[in-house]
Amino acid sequence: MRFAARVEVRLRPGIADPEGATIERALPALGFEGVHDVRAGRSFRFEVDAADEQEARRRAGEIAHRLLANPVIEDSVLELEPAGPGEPD
Amino acid sequence: MAARIAVVVFPGTNCEHDVAAAVERAGAAASLTWHRDRDLGQADAVVLPGGFAHGDYLRPGALARFSPVMEAVAGFAAGGGPVVGICNGFQILTEAGLLPGALVKNRGLRFVCAPSRVRVDSERSAVTAGVAVGTVLSIPVNHFSGSYVCDARTLAALRDGDQVVLRYLENPNGSVDDIAGVANAAGNVVGLMPHPERAADALLGSTDGLVLLAALLAQAAGVRAA
Repeated sequence: MRFAARVEVRLRPGIADPEGATIERALPALGFEGVHDVRAGRSFRFEVDAADEQEARRRAGEIAHRLLANPVIEDSVLELEPAGPGEPD
Repeated sequence: MAARIAVVVFPGTNCEHDVAAAVERAGAAASLTWHRDRDLGQADAVVLPGGFAHGDYLRPGALARFSPVMEAVAGFAAGGGPVVGICNGFQILTEAGLLPGALVKNRGLRFVCAPSRVRVDSERSAVTAGVAVGTVLSIPVNHFSGSYVCDARTLAALRDGDQVVLRYLENPNGSVDDIAGVANAAGNVVGLMPHPERAADALLGSTDGLVLLAALLAQAAGVRAA
């Protein structure tokens, strides 16, 4: 089976986020008042072949933990769903 | 015979020739080692130079950590061999788990390329052994992700273990505790953001980098003799 994975990587609480802070400071200049706690992060999408959802979750989680995020500074959140029929490869 | 320094080259590394020239000036023999090599040859010390290994894609050092040569580097480090990461090399060593903490984007998202003054705060490292604590060196920094971070427990352990090797006198990037360089618990693995190879000739404005490189060469000679 093929599963579509989305991994969101974000800085852990307490780690300074200069990108988020810069965006937050810029918003009032654009007329957006009252916006708080802006945090910048990254999102990754990929598809993974696995026998079942449990295996897909385990493999995608390992990818997130070992490569996509640096656990010293970042947390990751994994979302998984069965992929639609893709192009034959 | 001169100490042999392996200078590791990843795709995107760009300081390897400067490092090789500087360590040769200090009296060593340098050899460039491609990241696909699984063997460090007869190296007495290893340097991971600066640049943009694997394009710095994902995070600086995140992909370089998986290059084949890194297993050999980890093995060399585990055996007590001196391993030094400069700038991008420091980032690679943290990503590889050979040094604690991480390096994140500079405070204010500001790229910094300037001379920096750093103070030697520990002699327990491969680049500061024999260099008096308190010695101030002028060595340039050149980075976007040079802000050192770690959790409070790690920072306490670094201080207790005398592992903070270099501190900035004027913090250029927001590093916690003004940290410019750290060592592992044994002291043989060191990472620093300043570039000693760029302070290795009076024409460059400073020769202070040679102080650290000379200490490294002395450590390497010790490995050879052991």
